[in-house]
Amino acid sequence: MRILCGVAAIFVVLTCHIAAADGIEDEDRRSGFDFMAPETRALQSDDTSNPGMLWVLQGEQLWQQAEGQAEIACSGCHGDASRTMHGVAARYPAYDEATGRPIDLAGRINSCRATRQRAEPLAPESDALLALTTYVAHQSRGMRVMPAADPRLAPFRENGRRLFQSRIGQLDLSCASCHDDNWGKRLGGAPIPQAHPNGYPLYRLEWQAVGSLQRRLRNCMIGVRAEPFAFGAPELVDLELYLTERGSGLPIETPAVRP
Amino acid sequence: MSRMVALTLAGVLMTAPSAGEEALTYAVEGDAIMQPLTGERGDPERGAALLSDRHRSLCTLCHSGPFPDPHLHGTLAPDLTGVGERLSEGQIRLRVVDMGRLVPNTIMPSYYRVAYEEGQRVSAAWRGKPILTGADIEDIVAYLVTLKG
Repeated sequence: MRILCGVAAIFVVLTCHIAAADGIEDEDRRSGFDFMAPETRALQSDDTSNPGMLWVLQGEQLWQQAEGQAEIACSGCHGDASRTMHGVAARYPAYDEATGRPIDLAGRINSCRATRQRAEPLAPESDALLALTTYVAHQSRGMRVMPAADPRLAPFRENGRRLFQSRIGQLDLSCASCHDDNWGKRLGGAPIPQAHPNGYPLYRLEWQAVGSLQRRLRNCMIGVRAEPFAFGAPELVDLELYLTERGSGLPIETPAVRP
Repeated sequence: MSRMVALTLAGVLMTAPSAGEEALTYAVEGDAIMQPLTGERGDPERGAALLSDRHRSLCTLCHSGPFPDPHLHGTLAPDLTGVGERLSEGQIRLRVVDMGRLVPNTIMPSYYRVAYEEGQRVSAAWRGKPILTGADIEDIVAYLVTLKG
């Protein structure tokens, strides 16, 4: 009997470990918002105090501004963003027919600039690109993250999962080491969140600016003393894709505020 | 076990350390490294300062203990209060040098390791260097053995 109990206990420990090692169960899934101090939550929740709204306003202007040799604005084709962009951010990254790969929202905006507006691409993390991306994502605020179902995305999402679970850098840590296995504990006094993508682009107090999910991923890579992937690198988009599945069901908060 | 040390040693020899660089060799006996990495024991005062320097040693990012600024301590790893009572000097040394040898899935980095595979993407600034030097580790070990509860 004692042996049987021992075996059962080992089985329970093993299955719990497997569950913990691959994503977070639906009932445990929590936005980074829930891990924040009340003051920071208040800052996000009131649009008149949320600094990210400045990027939304800038994006709204850029949306209507004619660009490139085609001298056409985003609104020239897409019209009223509150209608046409509603729900888009909730299902991105999406499959891009032209490249045969997933593309994120910022990538899609730049691809649209190149092919439709015949304009130069906006630099990664430039105010203009962040503003447009934030404005478009904001149109889905309150909607649930719902990853694109396209089966052609599966291998890229799987690569994202692999990257999320790979130990890297001199500190030999994976994303999963902290955000799957140890969320809720404190790293240097700050709670470790679950690393969900539902607030991006978001205003980070540490940055004093709005930044992209790719910027955040690169920050963590630098933190574990790894060589970060370049902005726009396929690996970063694959990671974004995996994170969308991992965080599915959470509400879009763009522009979120985070410490 | 001894093969792992030999592999580490081979990696070091291939990168041909110049004078003044770390030897990065040590002998593991059971779950301990009995001999100081640098041939002599460290300075506990320097060790105390280094342990609390979260940018350099990183210790308090995960560990709590009888150190300054407790509100900045992590809760990812055991409290180090009384560690000098629970573990011998040699056991503490191996745990700082290479915890992964004792607990393969540990999140604690191996502080005296330099050999990583290509996919590890160690940043250029840190490639070929351990997190801490042997002398740094000896200072920290010398301090931790004084924590008697």
